[in-house]
Amino acid sequence: MKHYSYSSHAGTCLSIADILYLLYFKVLNIDPADPKKVDRDKFILSKAHGSAALYATLAERGFFPKDHLDKFYIDGGVLPGHLAIDSVPGIEISAGSLGHGLSIGVGMAVANRRSQNPGRIYVLLGDGECNEGSVWEAVMLASTLQLANLTAIVDYNKLQSFGRTNEVINQKNMADRWRCFGWETYEVDGHNIDELDNIFQLKQAGPKVVIAHTIKGKGVSFMEDRLEWHYKSPNDEQYLQAIKELDEAQ
Amino acid sequence: MRNTVINCLMERARIDDRIFLVTPDVGFSVLEKFRCEFPDRFLNVGIAEQNAIGVAAGLALSGYIPYVYSMVPFVTMRCFEQVRIDVAYMKTNVRLLGLGAGLTYGPQGASHHSIEDIAIMRALPNMTVCCPGDPIEARELIGQSYDYEGPIYFRLGKNNEPVIHPEGTEVRIGKAVRVAEGADLALITTSNMLEQGMRWVGDWANEGLQATLLSMPTIKPFDHGAVLELIENGIPIITLEEHNIIGGLGSVVAEVIAESGKGVKFKRIAIPDAYVHDVGSQKFLRGIFHIDSFDVLSFIRRGI
Repeated sequence: MKHYSYSSHAGTCLSIADILYLLYFKVLNIDPADPKKVDRDKFILSKAHGSAALYATLAERGFFPKDHLDKFYIDGGVLPGHLAIDSVPGIEISAGSLGHGLSIGVGMAVANRRSQNPGRIYVLLGDGECNEGSVWEAVMLASTLQLANLTAIVDYNKLQSFGRTNEVINQKNMADRWRCFGWETYEVDGHNIDELDNIFQLKQAGPKVVIAHTIKGKGVSFMEDRLEWHYKSPNDEQYLQAIKELDEAQ
Repeated sequence: MRNTVINCLMERARIDDRIFLVTPDVGFSVLEKFRCEFPDRFLNVGIAEQNAIGVAAGLALSGYIPYVYSMVPFVTMRCFEQVRIDVAYMKTNVRLLGLGAGLTYGPQGASHHSIEDIAIMRALPNMTVCCPGDPIEARELIGQSYDYEGPIYFRLGKNNEPVIHPEGTEVRIGKAVRVAEGADLALITTSNMLEQGMRWVGDWANEGLQATLLSMPTIKPFDHGAVLELIENGIPIITLEEHNIIGGLGSVVAEVIAESGKGVKFKRIAIPDAYVHDVGSQKFLRGIFHIDSFDVLSFIRRGI
């Protein structure tokens, strides 16, 4: 998708791919045949520049035909670079500006609790996104309200758009920050499906956050932990090399 | 006006489980009764306006109809991008209740005034912009908000606004309210200038000028037809608003006149693109900005 559309953000898609796979194939209570079912779990991709990874996951899970993936970020396309709620089934919110998703997730969690709706809310944020003050407004409210139906995941890949995350804004104590604000906080290798799954399954009395240590560009040697893959799209040679490496890793 | 609105919401909340009130820590002496009767449909999110809008959008996406209550700057400008993406772009059924239209909070200073809100809110696709001029308009517009599709911004006063319209006056979203009829000129007001407009039209009658008075409780969608009818009849038009002269009622009417292909004498009375640097009440500040008086005879004679 990134190759044919000459679009950016390939690195971030690879850092969250394992998390999305786990959520959509094991964790979330969802039904591709009934994408709006009232008691579904809702997943919010707050770092919406990772949209391509979500589209690929939703298509694989059967929410829409896979040929839509050929209509990403191009003239007359179906799938925009950042998320639009009315683009394809399975997209829960429109997004693209950082620091919005967790607030919306809190609103959904409040609504479900009051309506006695068992649906759970999952919000995936970027580590750079945690620079946004509005994230912490939502963090503080969620713990005050003890929203036990809300889980946040921080894609802690240590790179943001113009530098290393902890050099731009020092968040080396990322887990402590969430813990201090009253969240049930877990740290995990964000590419270890079993570890992630164990943490998702743990019962919670209040909001839960999973600090997922990830690698931007995971699985493609020349992309891993490289800032430029926030922007570049692979050329023909790089595309073939990346696909080869990802296939071999399977 | 704010009590009228909250009373309407409480009445509706008793029969409509979707009504939800969200506030970023504003509402002392006004919202307690709602909180007391509907504790699980009231949420004080703390002093965090961006979060208030996002939370409201999440509630709306879950089937509730959230009303977010604060002063105008804090439900529009402080959280504008949340309003843009989470409310307008997604077309969620969020209602923004902004208190303190124009210079209502006079001596509190410019941070608490709202002179840009109409311009910025009407520039948002999908956003309906309601600016009631008296408690009757407020009640009727709020009454239409329960089953209205898409977001609405309400520019409200504060308290003790006089009732202008008689009971039974028809007020519809998107329609002008015809208050007085006259063929010599027309005065169009919005929001809290209706009261002064009524007074002016009475004064002008004493000077022998019969004026039409239109109240525009909705700026978007705008009642083009009501203005086109005035233009058609060659009636000079004056607009009156407690808002910046850029982007408010006067600008909307100017757009209608400009595209009508016909000309009429036209004057915008509004705040002259300036922030308040004087200290004083709403009434005092209207005097500073010269929006409390108008030489109507000079306008009729010379068009200025």
